[in-house]
Amino acid sequence: MKKKRISIVDYGVGNLLSVSRAFSYLGQETELISEPDKIENAEYLVLPGVGAFPDGMRELQSRNLVSALCRYTRSNRPLLGICLGMQMLFDMGTEHSETRGLGLIPGQVVAIPQTNLSGESHKIPHIGWGDLNFSASTKNLSKNLPQACSVYFVHSFMAATDDSFVVASTSYGGWKIAALVNRANVWGAQFHPEKSGQVGLEILKNFFNDSL
Amino acid sequence: MPRIRLIARLDIKGANLIKGINLEGLRVIGDPNVFARKYDEAGIDEIIYMDSVASLYGRNSLSAIVEKTTSEVFIPITVGGGLRTLEDVQRTLRSGADKVAINTAAIRNPEFITEVANRFGSQAMVLSVEAKRTERGNWEAYYNCGREKSDRDVVEWVQEAVERGAGEVLLTSVDREGTRRGFDIELVKAVTTKVRVPVIASGGMGTIDHLIDVLNRGKADAVAMADILHYNRETTPNIRQRIKQSGFDVRTT
Repeated sequence: MKKKRISIVDYGVGNLLSVSRAFSYLGQETELISEPDKIENAEYLVLPGVGAFPDGMRELQSRNLVSALCRYTRSNRPLLGICLGMQMLFDMGTEHSETRGLGLIPGQVVAIPQTNLSGESHKIPHIGWGDLNFSASTKNLSKNLPQACSVYFVHSFMAATDDSFVVASTSYGGWKIAALVNRANVWGAQFHPEKSGQVGLEILKNFFNDSL
Repeated sequence: MPRIRLIARLDIKGANLIKGINLEGLRVIGDPNVFARKYDEAGIDEIIYMDSVASLYGRNSLSAIVEKTTSEVFIPITVGGGLRTLEDVQRTLRSGADKVAINTAAIRNPEFITEVANRFGSQAMVLSVEAKRTERGNWEAYYNCGREKSDRDVVEWVQEAVERGAGEVLLTSVDREGTRRGFDIELVKAVTTKVRVPVIASGGMGTIDHLIDVLNRGKADAVAMADILHYNRETTPNIRQRIKQSGFDVRTT
């Protein structure tokens, strides 16, 4: 099988290496890119990220990557946002201050409630392995996954979006949290597929194997 | 129902996985990468690499091992031992680690905890504590592989470190480490009842009953296991099964 070229956006934020190593482990070619024209010419684009929403958007803007990302997605080629990269796909972030996101999926990014559903305080950030609950459609990124599986989360904020964009959710303190989101060719994982063992690798494999 | 994290702790000396008793008398066990892969396949939740003598010699040689492991094993990895500067931390995270565990450098300069947390996030700043029981019935924090006294009370030290930004605590009982006599439950309980961040109980697991005990009475959030895994005395699937039967939750694999 011909190697796919996975382009990973390097905008000075986060753990690109783990993402890149995971794709290499799966036998694909990876490159780190930070120029607008390279983004527009990518075949499979991954937007990773760790940290705060305003910092992430500022770094994208300072490199003139916002409109390049939007143009890329209009071409119908797949985009996968991971963690902060997933959050920035939405219209608006509310971390520290209201910050405009990429606006590729309708919704806002809000803080995980400080208490669990029963009103008791719980630990924030949400760190650890959470179960994925898939909505009806099981094609796409969840292909070949077991019915019950869990993935690794590290986050304090979460996407508030219409259920129709949520492919899989997890539960934390009784709250439903969007774990995997999708609109057309745009995908987002709140969890870290590159740190989620075999399940995470399977999701990455589905991403470049055109099962979208 | 709390979800318990099962962590394989691999103590490293040079290029080898080693195991000691009371953090001393080290014995070579094998290639750390081979063991890390094996534990990942068996469904362990996380891996801790601890360079056992790095802080004694003021060096850290784990990067090459971490780099190799994180090219093949895709679960969270914590690395500790001899990390003294922000550059050391950055290099370790760049080589593929998700978190760093810090003891000696934090005791010498508690402000270092804040610097690491501010720069890399609290979730990456794990306070490593080597605790020894005193005659007065409390515990004292040691450093340099349990060899040097800090004159700090463990519970007070952990509270201070959490205020300074530590996001997690790796709590090792030097008295129990490598003895298979069970965790120091009172130590774990003394810490878990005082801080809100997750506490990993480490040192002394001889049987699965010991583990269940430190969850029930010690209220540990996670457990670090070493020789019970290294010497194949128990398997991860078995351990998971028993934890579930005891009314705790574990990751779905």
